[in-house]
Amino acid sequence: MEKNYYVCTGCGMLCDDIEVDVENNKINKVYTACRIGVAHMKDGKESAAFLVDNKPVDETTAISEAATILKNAKNPLIFGLGTSSNEAQKLAIELAKKTSATLDDASSFSLGEVIEALLNNKTKVCTLDDVRNKADVSIFWGTDPSDSHPRQLSKYAYFPRGTEKQRGWEEERTAICIDVRKSHTAKICGNYFFQIPPGGDAEFIDALIAALAGKLPKTSYNFPPKRILELANILKGAKFGVVFVGRGLVYSLDNLEPLIRLMNALNEKANFHLVPMIRQYNTRGFNENLFKETGYVNSVKFEDGTVKHGPEYSVVESLKEKTVDAALIIGSDPFSILPRSIAKNLLEVPVIVLDPCETLTSRNAKVYISTAIDGVESGGSAIRMDGVKVDFKPAVETKRPSDETVLKKIMEAL
Amino acid sequence: MELYQMLPKTNCKKCGKTSCMAFAVALMARELTPEDCPPLKEEPKYKESYEKLSEIFKPSEGATETGLIVHEDLCFGCGNCVVACPPNVANDPYGVGSGKAPTNPGRLVLTVEDGVVKAQNLGECRRFGKNKILCNGCIVTCPVEAIEFV
Repeated sequence: MEKNYYVCTGCGMLCDDIEVDVENNKINKVYTACRIGVAHMKDGKESAAFLVDNKPVDETTAISEAATILKNAKNPLIFGLGTSSNEAQKLAIELAKKTSATLDDASSFSLGEVIEALLNNKTKVCTLDDVRNKADVSIFWGTDPSDSHPRQLSKYAYFPRGTEKQRGWEEERTAICIDVRKSHTAKICGNYFFQIPPGGDAEFIDALIAALAGKLPKTSYNFPPKRILELANILKGAKFGVVFVGRGLVYSLDNLEPLIRLMNALNEKANFHLVPMIRQYNTRGFNENLFKETGYVNSVKFEDGTVKHGPEYSVVESLKEKTVDAALIIGSDPFSILPRSIAKNLLEVPVIVLDPCETLTSRNAKVYISTAIDGVESGGSAIRMDGVKVDFKPAVETKRPSDETVLKKIMEAL
Repeated sequence: MELYQMLPKTNCKKCGKTSCMAFAVALMARELTPEDCPPLKEEPKYKESYEKLSEIFKPSEGATETGLIVHEDLCFGCGNCVVACPPNVANDPYGVGSGKAPTNPGRLVLTVEDGVVKAQNLGECRRFGKNKILCNGCIVTCPVEAIEFV
């Protein structure tokens, strides 16, 4: 019997084996998804909401108000898009070009650098299906998938049987966790958990490279050299290794050079691949779409047909320096994720918010349009954290328009 | 032996077993409950022992037949236990055994439903039946200790 599977857009894993029971256009039961996915899938709402100054209006008024704000702005900020489909992201890039906007997403302060390195072929990559079928050593560095991507270990990295790994996790796989605290993932890794002090990642990388070369590994925080040598020995023996890089590692490094150096050192002795642990379901899609268009993954400014790029065009810097005079926030909540000192500058400019949820930002916005949840109420495509394109379809119907529809209408109104 | 001490020790065979010792063994294996011993339940002089025994076997109420308890408030549906469970892998190697959605739900012990693990088909669990073993595949793989055997 052919089953009807849906894609969960709750996180960057895009699990494509979710079954749902729908009753009266409402999702009643969700099978196989984790708790994050279940909460996400059940969050659908039938009625639409269009608010201007927190007062309900009709769709046309809200769209024309949004278009007016963008038209009057000299340098609007378009931010978010981590939870929008590829199609909506491409439209947002077009819109940014048309309005000479500053365009950025949350990757400018998370894993954007890593994705840029991957897209520029600085290190070996693999897909999550390769991980399931072949990987014998997985390193979780600065990431806790048990909490952020709950099915990562059971669906791909550690527990499943794959075509070349049929005897199971006890015999054929090793999971290693390097982190500053004993996370839930670290608990599963047992003896292969290496606890380092906050900010100690760069030194640990140097020590590990030394150990791989057969030298005595030294760290200023006196990490037992014997344990680093033991780790190096496991890594040397890996036939197909994967390093899952999380924000913990990226935040701790000044730049990615030590990580690339480590990947090169590992690949001299063994066979190692890098997979970024991306939180939102289509951040990678945004980075790839913008990369194709401009050659940069985030923080760009369109001006008279040219593209400028630099940290000054990131959401944090442009709000801090108050260089933007309006904002279109799509599927993100800067008031919750950015420091107050920076987010408060958003109160001084007119803000348009497209989001399925009512957020702190939406309550302080000039225009708020409640959009459909992709993968639950609207279809499209997205790019998984390992770079694989995944198509998804809606499970229930709603009156709420998708990000794509709203952006199309705003474009027309302009 | 402690269980035996609390029984009437009359070997009356009313429970269907040949002796009180056999009843104690059955009690231990959770094949029978203290209520299956008629004198213990009915005669006032055994009342104290009966209450004590009922108290001992109380934690297993709410647990499944193999003594498996899922703490639903702790479980977040990662599915590690579902994929690691040996009978699950044997009965559905290309579904849950490979980390994917179940394709043979009729014979799976553990599945994830609404983000929480659900135990079913306990006849398949390795802790069940005559040839049971103390398998702990679902316990050691759980990051939050949401599965317990009593």
